[in-house]
Amino acid sequence: MIKIQNVSKHYGDFNVLKDCSTSVSKGEVVVVCGPSGSGKSTLIKCVNGLEPFQAGEIIVDGTSVGDPKTKLSKLRSRVGMVFQHFELFPHMSITENLAIAQIKVLGRSREQAMDKGLKLLDRVGLKAHAHKFPGQLSGGQQQRVAIARALAMDPICMLFDEPTSALDPEMINEVLDVMTELAQEGMTMMCVTHEMGFAKRVAHRVIFMDQGQIVEDDSKEAFFATPRSERARQFLAKILQH
Amino acid sequence: MTYEFDWSSIPGALPFLWDGLLVSLKITLLAVVVGIVWGTLLAMMRLSSLRPLSLFAAGYVNLFRAVPLVMVLLWFFLIVPKFIEQLFGLAPGTDLRLTSAMIGFALFESAYYSEIIRAGIQSVPKGQLSASYALGMTYPQAMRLVVLSQAFRNMVPLLLTQAIILFQDTSLVYVSALADFFGAAYKVGDRDGRLVELLLFAGLVYFVICYSASTLVKRLQKKYHPA
Repeated sequence: MIKIQNVSKHYGDFNVLKDCSTSVSKGEVVVVCGPSGSGKSTLIKCVNGLEPFQAGEIIVDGTSVGDPKTKLSKLRSRVGMVFQHFELFPHMSITENLAIAQIKVLGRSREQAMDKGLKLLDRVGLKAHAHKFPGQLSGGQQQRVAIARALAMDPICMLFDEPTSALDPEMINEVLDVMTELAQEGMTMMCVTHEMGFAKRVAHRVIFMDQGQIVEDDSKEAFFATPRSERARQFLAKILQH
Repeated sequence: MTYEFDWSSIPGALPFLWDGLLVSLKITLLAVVVGIVWGTLLAMMRLSSLRPLSLFAAGYVNLFRAVPLVMVLLWFFLIVPKFIEQLFGLAPGTDLRLTSAMIGFALFESAYYSEIIRAGIQSVPKGQLSASYALGMTYPQAMRLVVLSQAFRNMVPLLLTQAIILFQDTSLVYVSALADFFGAAYKVGDRDGRLVELLLFAGLVYFVICYSASTLVKRLQKKYHPA
């Protein structure tokens, strides 16, 4: 589904990504973790072309992301993405947030889009808030709406860029629950997250990044039981301490 | 000896003054509309990653902002009429003062509007554009539906304030002897030897219009951005 081959990216002399290769197959849930500044967010943003990269190749469902001939907007409409800061459109109601891209990008009718949006809103448990505006919802609720908004496009896979990092602790679980449910239904997912509990429960594979490189890429069992690199051991020791 | 006010020439001149006010409002309206449209395009060019576009927009804005408005207006009075005459094959001497005033104001104000709009666009978090892209929107769709519609909401008070300043600045068209409101008042005062009264009256009208407009803007601001 997603194939990342020898991808490198640099800002001037600074290498953000160094020769990263991995892949995510259909129905697989891959968690990407690592210390801050390790390039994990950049890597996931390369997958739908939000960040350009200078070398290597990323193929999503047979389409090359880096190819100048690729219509990125078309590709992105099939790849859902959830951001750290939700990025709901604050000037639109929740229903409008859910419907706008369906109407403008996929060309669905307003009724179709509203119908689909409300169904998904119900699924993330927020049907009662349909008429509200993003600013009236809590962070956790906004993030659930953002997930519903991405799902409304019928994506072939979902990218999560630290979806719970900006949330208050008591709201993290409501978002993780939605993500877990999604994973169990067989959605292909690539998640940048520090939630190791979620990784242990849901992920098939864990990628550990450090200084722009993929240091470990292993099944979750192997990763949590016997991390091969010293960096990953240190990281896990710190993050699992509490 | 004290000055004796004589307001008697004003009532008879009201229709003429009214026409002048309409000229001022016409220039203001056109300059605001063109200024916002062209200013938006300039702002987008300025923020573009294409060097030639951003250089052109930066050059345009800096040029017009570094030159006095009166001078720009004079250039346009001298150049534009000849140009339009040739373009449309009009008889030399056709009165194009209003047209050239409108063009001059519109192009000049665009530079100011583009700076307001640029700040407005930059006030919308970058993540909004990313989110629009991630949903498959193209650049024009993302700009129109997400970024600009938020930017304009934030900018309304500033844009209106600029329109009020613009309305006051229209008085500068007197350099072309075009009878805008100020020009009309001046002409009447000059004719009747009652310049002081007429200019006081004109000042009062400008004050009433601009002050009520800016009070309205403040109310709007409170309504939409309480705190």
